[in-house]
Amino acid sequence: MERTQQHRQVAHMRQSLFDQGLLDEQFVQLEELQDDANPNFVEEVVTLFYRDSARLVLNIDQALDKSPLDFSKLDSYMHQFKGSASSIGAKKVKSECTLFREYCKAGNGEGCMKTFQQLKKDYAVLRKKLETYFQVIFHSLLFDKDGEN
Amino acid sequence: MRGKGSSSSKISTLIVDDDPIIRRIHKVLLTKVGLETQVVENGKKAVDLYHSGASFDLILMDLEMAIMDGPKATKELRAMGVQSMIVGVTARDLEVEKQMFMASGLNDCYVKPLTTDTVTALVKKLKKDN
Repeated sequence: MERTQQHRQVAHMRQSLFDQGLLDEQFVQLEELQDDANPNFVEEVVTLFYRDSARLVLNIDQALDKSPLDFSKLDSYMHQFKGSASSIGAKKVKSECTLFREYCKAGNGEGCMKTFQQLKKDYAVLRKKLETYFQVIFHSLLFDKDGEN
Repeated sequence: MRGKGSSSSKISTLIVDDDPIIRRIHKVLLTKVGLETQVVENGKKAVDLYHSGASFDLILMDLEMAIMDGPKATKELRAMGVQSMIVGVTARDLEVEKQMFMASGLNDCYVKPLTTDTVTALVKKLKKDN
């Protein structure tokens, strides 16, 4: 695949993440921080997010298994999760965090559970799409290097 | 021991946050705009640094942290006579929560993560004040 086509593929994939409502402006802020001193900064931060948030997902799952539900604890976990999701610009995940917290405030356990199930799906989908996106970027950089040689 | 005086002209900053993602983002952001940075995970470590003689031009202080939170650390630093610019950073966006944090002795408070524009404005203010 020629170089221009590679770059177009990267650009198209990137744009679709925004068009699908998965990412917001914060992701662009991360991209702007990436430079020669931190060449893999965006991927690094995303990896850090998924590693760090795995613990929170487990905590929330366990807390949702308890009866009665401790909405204050659930809200606290989700506050942390939302903060982390905001940091990488995970727009859809962040909005589900907000919805979950509203259900917590209303003491609506069923709402919390349904929202969390959806959140986990979207969290996994975003992870997969970002992994694929970073792989395509990596291959396009390799292709660029080959082209220079 | 890092902090003021460790570099002749760079503004020194201390990032105080228990979130490793925010620590990483803010470190890169501040370094990119030319600031010297040090990072700690909670308010107690920030207070301990000052007790050991370190000093910073700017402290980015998270609100919620284990061991010692932002308001407590800020109150302790001000009680020690610390005059550094202390800027609160929080994921909480309710005005009443921000006001409570401000009341502990902050110079300002922002939703995290900070943007390049916000940091640039802070640096401008710091340079003007000095």
